[in-house]
Amino acid sequence: MFHQLEGSQAIARAVALCRPGVICAYPITPQTHIVEGVGELVRDGHLEHCEFINVESEMAALSVAIGSQAAGVRSYTATSSQGLLHMIEAVYNASGLELPLVMTLGNRAIGAPINIWNDHSDAMSVRDTGWIMLFAETNQEAVDLHLQAFLIAEKVSCPVMVCVDGFILTHAYERVDIPSQEEVDEFLPPYTPRVSLDVDDPVAIGAMVSPDYFFEVRYLAHRRQMDSLEIICCVAESFWKKFGRDSGGLFHEYHTDGAETIVVTLGSVAGTIKDVVDELNASGEKFGVIALTSYRPFPADSLKNSLKNAARAIVVEKAFAIGIGGILFQEIELLMKNINVKIVSVVAGIGGRSITKSMLRECFLNKNSGENVFLGLNEDIVAKEYVPMKSHSCEGNVP
Amino acid sequence: MPKPFATVLETATSLGNNTGSWRTMRPEYVNELPPCNATCPAGENVQLWLSLAMAGKFREAWEIIMRDNPFPAIMGRVCYHSCEKTCNRGLFDGAVNINMIEKSIGDIALDSGWILPRVTSSSGKKVCVVGGGPGGLAAAYFLAKLGHHITVYEAHANPGGMMRYGVPRYRLPSKIIDAEVKRIKDLGVKIVCNKKISHLKDIINDFDAVYISIGAQVASKSDTVIKKGSCVIDAMDLFQKLEDNPADLAHFGKKVFVYGGGNTAIDAARTALRLGAESVKIIYRRTINNMPAHETEISDALMEGIEILCLRTINTVDGDQILLDKMNYDEEFGILSKTGETEVWQVDNIIFAVGQTLDTTFFDGISDILISENGAIEVDRNMMTGATGVFAGGDIVPGKRSVTNAVGHAKKAAKGIDEYLGGASEVPIVKNAVAHFKKLNTIYFKKDKRTNILRPLNLSFEEILPSYTNDEISREASRCFSCGNCFHCDNCYGHCPDNAIRKQQNGSLTVNYDHCKGCGICAAECPCGAIRMVSEEK
Amino acid sequence: MSNFPLGNIGGTPTVQSDFARPNSLTGGHRGCQGCGEALGARCAIDAAHQTTGGKILVVNATGCLEVFSCCFPENSWSVPWLHSLFGNAPAVATGVAAALRSRGQDSIRVIAQGGDGATYDIGMGCLSGMFDRNDDVLYICYDNQAYMNTGVQRSGATPPLARTATTLPNKSYLGSDPQTGKNLPEIAMAHGIPYVATASIGNIRDLEQKVSRAINIRGSRYIQIHVPCPLGWGYPTAETIRIARLAVQCGLYPLFEGEYGKLVGSTPVEEPIPVESYLRPQRRFAHLFGKNVSANAVGVLQNIANGNMEKYRLNWEILDA
Repeated sequence: MFHQLEGSQAIARAVALCRPGVICAYPITPQTHIVEGVGELVRDGHLEHCEFINVESEMAALSVAIGSQAAGVRSYTATSSQGLLHMIEAVYNASGLELPLVMTLGNRAIGAPINIWNDHSDAMSVRDTGWIMLFAETNQEAVDLHLQAFLIAEKVSCPVMVCVDGFILTHAYERVDIPSQEEVDEFLPPYTPRVSLDVDDPVAIGAMVSPDYFFEVRYLAHRRQMDSLEIICCVAESFWKKFGRDSGGLFHEYHTDGAETIVVTLGSVAGTIKDVVDELNASGEKFGVIALTSYRPFPADSLKNSLKNAARAIVVEKAFAIGIGGILFQEIELLMKNINVKIVSVVAGIGGRSITKSMLRECFLNKNSGENVFLGLNEDIVAKEYVPMKSHSCEGNVP
Repeated sequence: MPKPFATVLETATSLGNNTGSWRTMRPEYVNELPPCNATCPAGENVQLWLSLAMAGKFREAWEIIMRDNPFPAIMGRVCYHSCEKTCNRGLFDGAVNINMIEKSIGDIALDSGWILPRVTSSSGKKVCVVGGGPGGLAAAYFLAKLGHHITVYEAHANPGGMMRYGVPRYRLPSKIIDAEVKRIKDLGVKIVCNKKISHLKDIINDFDAVYISIGAQVASKSDTVIKKGSCVIDAMDLFQKLEDNPADLAHFGKKVFVYGGGNTAIDAARTALRLGAESVKIIYRRTINNMPAHETEISDALMEGIEILCLRTINTVDGDQILLDKMNYDEEFGILSKTGETEVWQVDNIIFAVGQTLDTTFFDGISDILISENGAIEVDRNMMTGATGVFAGGDIVPGKRSVTNAVGHAKKAAKGIDEYLGGASEVPIVKNAVAHFKKLNTIYFKKDKRTNILRPLNLSFEEILPSYTNDEISREASRCFSCGNCFHCDNCYGHCPDNAIRKQQNGSLTVNYDHCKGCGICAAECPCGAIRMVSEEK
Repeated sequence: MSNFPLGNIGGTPTVQSDFARPNSLTGGHRGCQGCGEALGARCAIDAAHQTTGGKILVVNATGCLEVFSCCFPENSWSVPWLHSLFGNAPAVATGVAAALRSRGQDSIRVIAQGGDGATYDIGMGCLSGMFDRNDDVLYICYDNQAYMNTGVQRSGATPPLARTATTLPNKSYLGSDPQTGKNLPEIAMAHGIPYVATASIGNIRDLEQKVSRAINIRGSRYIQIHVPCPLGWGYPTAETIRIARLAVQCGLYPLFEGEYGKLVGSTPVEEPIPVESYLRPQRRFAHLFGKNVSANAVGVLQNIANGNMEKYRLNWEILDA
């Protein structure tokens, strides 16, 4: 049934439809509306047998979810940015303990300087934590990915993070199809834990592991996540059959067949890019788009297959690694090594900087651009600040 | 579903980890000798029977006493209870009242009519016991239990010796002696009374072995000058008259002096009081703290109105006057000296209680018997004299003189005689180390005073001291520290950080050396010093 | 402190004296010789186990206890047990309790446990949050007064003037500064939670009674158990219980109970001893008894003990007067 909803409220309803038993809430912009929304649904009785817990920090939020999930109950929390960093130790812990909880990440920049607006720095900071990370392109996909996330997590025994662009999605009102409880119940069976705290079958969870076995534990986690590529596809297919929507999966391809240039990106900016590509293609260009849904596990083989016939791939991403540059760019460059595809890095939208169609059009058409484009950067400020900064640090000799 | 590898573990899988390999010291349960047992002249296993008494198992406790001593009821009344002097609890809040518990258990046995199992074996050997006192009767008891045929010769009209003729009736009623002696008779022991054996040679050839326990019969000589016509009587004579011919004492004096500082002196003084004396004074050469008599006896005597004149000796007795020398006593060096001062008192009777010596004429004609300078019979470790087959014990051999010593000698002699008569040779027991106070952890004991019993003032010859009730027996017995022996308090089991003490359903405790890391907490927290740490490197 | 042996001599038998005790923490663990924490944990969890008929779930913070009890492939626990992180045990326990509530399993009780580092310091925020929400968890802190697992560094529970690896005394420095350290039981009480207690492995009977009482109270409960560490404190391994006992007897470790923010009882010290009797046997205080140390140093600790005696009404004689 269609509703005109704020993205956060839509996600809250989707989460509630998945019948989690424990939800932990700690406020941080821009994810706050999500937990507010679920809390209201719990208190209004839309979600039975669910404990909604106001905690004192993000560390506690994820820790409570770890505890409840380990006790065999489907658990959920949400966070953003600094909050994710505050709970980082628990992020690793949840995946290390193979706990299939689900967390929404309302993507936001990381300070200092403090900045509450959208980019993907937070998500990129946890890309190696062993979580499955899915990026939503639209609010509808955000809803659909949450339904799929619990199923994937519980099938793989691995936590899933659904990344939703802060403000751009979380605070945007759109028409969203919210499935019925019956439909969701048919799609997502009740949670049967693989292992849990149980007085009738006691086990110890969270043992210390010595050098003799730690490597294997880590390697098995890697194998498990790589194997989950297939499960992610199956779940998306099953979702398509049930709900008739092409949501989730590894990535969405748009006009990639015969495309000379393929733009690869994550999250909501794919929509803007598709508009630009439509306009360019209408004027005879051959552009395609790949919007990556499954960032972790990284769908390397499929992606390589989709990119190999293009002449150029432009990686548009909302984060970069200081000291080296675009992150997704590096991963794709590595992937396409020895394949004759020119890879261009476009870093844009940092700290909520607008990404406009005209900026993108100009960038895509510049076939002689360098490999590293910082799109939308105010060169005047940089010019003014960079020279004195550099001269200061170069004064005198290094002792 | 398979459980996650390595991070999820089944329970208690560390039990196979041999942490015992870390150990450099190992705990071991020991059975050390409690001081009470160590000092008991009769060798009683005091601690064991106290533990049974604590549990209310009076019959079992009595049977344990009876292994080493046939007279619990008597001993509970007259024993010098050296056990209590060494009792570790004495250094804490007052010794366990072992003597009183023994008396009470002895009385329960008599009241309940507990009897000894019949002796079914017979060695066919005849043993003669000369002297029907505690030593002789005890020897008869131990020997009869081994299947020997015993004849006891007693010079007096009734058996009991010093128990009957050396202790007044208000401390030890006749019926108690009779009852405990009867138990021995019931074992088949033949007791012939009014039969004084004057010379060993008269009977030596009629028996396979002889045990001589005739006691020290002759009153000791003192330096006192006793002029003719003086009313001097020896304490032993007094008691004997009282027992056999009380009419002789009908006109006993009103002003009585007693000379001596032991229990006999106190007994004599209190007896005089009961015979109608109006003033009774004890003369003792050292200070009151040096008196060998029991503290309770002294305090009872004082309570009854008896005076104790310390630091005095009797110089001369002349008719109804006595001349006393006042003395100095140097506590540090134990030196006694006259001050030169004297005093004179009027008296009706003077009772001497300064001890007895041996009448050696008994041994005339037996050349192999060795008699030491101070008049004691030399014996070997089996209590055998120089004469083959002749054994001796009690007051006639060197050592302390007491009823309990006599019983101890008798037990030892009985083993010796049995061995001499062809019984199994006793493997010498290696005595364990004594469990001294410093080996205990007394933090686990609550200060808890001795179970007091009212000692009523009673100037008749009826017995004064009541017994403990059953509850009082158990309560007082529960004060035992169980020095040097596990009393199953579970402290080791409960305090071991490594679960390395195993406890079975029956309460037994053992060390699991697979897990014991040798920290020593069990030994440190053992209240009774029953665990010691031993180096693994020996 | 009236002490009786753990079995049936002189007092009611303890859980620890039961031949069929649960042994929640089994043998073969890798705790050091004479480890007070291993003993404290077994006593506490066994008591909870016995009281609930085995219906307990245990969450454990990182630390000595966690490391020595559960290292693949050896697990020393015989109860359901979960270790997540150093600083989040109270929150994880909150989650476990929430899961049970969500499933309606209110007969199963949740315990969180950790050392003083996890409790006083890194996990303090989570603990306070748990108290704040009055989550249905019994939190047990095994207090050995420093970070033992990492090699004896100072924690918020380290007493003034103690030597640790990060407060090594020298000529001008006498160890952990006076006026430092916090009183976590009091902080717990200030949250107004239903039950707070301190206990000691020097008095296991008292410890068990407190745990047995606490385990079935609904809401947040906090029990702090004094668990001496032979290695970190520097005393012979056999003396763990004695040292714990001395701490109580001198007043430096008051045993008390609080309910809803109010002190409701304390275990009297029948024969108080000077703090010196407790400090001297420990190497961590040895520098206080050197040649050139003013007597005032020990006086600082004696004053704390005296203050405790008064505050927690530990001394019967004072009470009677």
